[in-house]
Amino acid sequence: MRAIRAFGQFWYDFIIGDDWKIAVAVVSALAVLAALLVGTSIGDHVLAVLGGVLIVTAFAISLAVDTRPRRSK
Amino acid sequence: MSAATWGLLVATFAACFVEMVEAATIVMAMGFTRSWRSAFAGTGAAVVALAIVTTFAGYAITSWLPDSALQLVIGGLLLIFGLQWLRKAVLRSSGRKSMHDEDEIYRDEVELARAAGDVGSGLDMFSFIVSFKGVFLEGMEVVFIVITFGLNADNVPVAVVGAAAAVVVVVSIAFAARKPLSMIPENLLKYGVGIMLASFGTFWSVEGIGIFRSGRESVEWPGNDAALLVLIASWFLLSRLFIAVLRTPAPPATPDRAIEEYAK
Repeated sequence: MRAIRAFGQFWYDFIIGDDWKIAVAVVSALAVLAALLVGTSIGDHVLAVLGGVLIVTAFAISLAVDTRPRRSK
Repeated sequence: MSAATWGLLVATFAACFVEMVEAATIVMAMGFTRSWRSAFAGTGAAVVALAIVTTFAGYAITSWLPDSALQLVIGGLLLIFGLQWLRKAVLRSSGRKSMHDEDEIYRDEVELARAAGDVGSGLDMFSFIVSFKGVFLEGMEVVFIVITFGLNADNVPVAVVGAAAAVVVVVSIAFAARKPLSMIPENLLKYGVGIMLASFGTFWSVEGIGIFRSGRESVEWPGNDAALLVLIASWFLLSRLFIAVLRTPAPPATPDRAIEEYAK
């Protein structure tokens, strides 16, 4: 059990690192792009540019979450 | 040697150099504080494990996975690594995060090593495991960078040479300096490498999304490989924009400083 937990922890450290928001941003952007690919008939070139825009937007949102002003109690 | 080959060599060298500096800091902290023999044993074990993982993973992904799946998996991972580096670079340059400091990391590792208790006469498991984990984690990123950059440029050997040169240079500097490698401009290097990884990651992961369509063909970028240059320029400009928007105002003047300013 300890070995499994250590194995899982290693891959978590390796992929997610110290900021889970980036991994969530990347996966979300690619999931939206995959949905657009499957659900629409957008051409490759437009789809590729849209993919770039989605990734940049997801990154900007994760930065905004990081730097939002903390509410004082 | 062509400009593209030099570009590949410099990119893999810089990326691996940064990763190796971090690994060297961990190994040196364990060696100086606890046991060099155990720290080197952990490092050696990590190198062997990396070679095994690289051989199997390399064989599996090139033999079993369609091109688009390979692009999606490796591109997605590169994108995550690259954006993590870019995020830190943006936060540091805008004054919202302290600069990466190898001296401070070294002190933290030394503190942990001292808190782990006495070193016995045999193999010191604490030094072994910490060194193994540090070298293996940083090394895995190097493996992904070399595979991706090398495959993309259709020149894996040059990518390997760039990475190997980085290892030799870092080990030589560490051996000569015998202290944390804080003299290296790591923040600047990380910023540059973050832009490269984010650009390659964006390019490949978007191409790899083609795995979800019936023919599994990769999505094509306008201009094909030339789109990479546009992505590199775009990530650089965007990062400057993020830094400008997020820049924190300078701290307010202290009373003493205000008096000095008034007296001028």
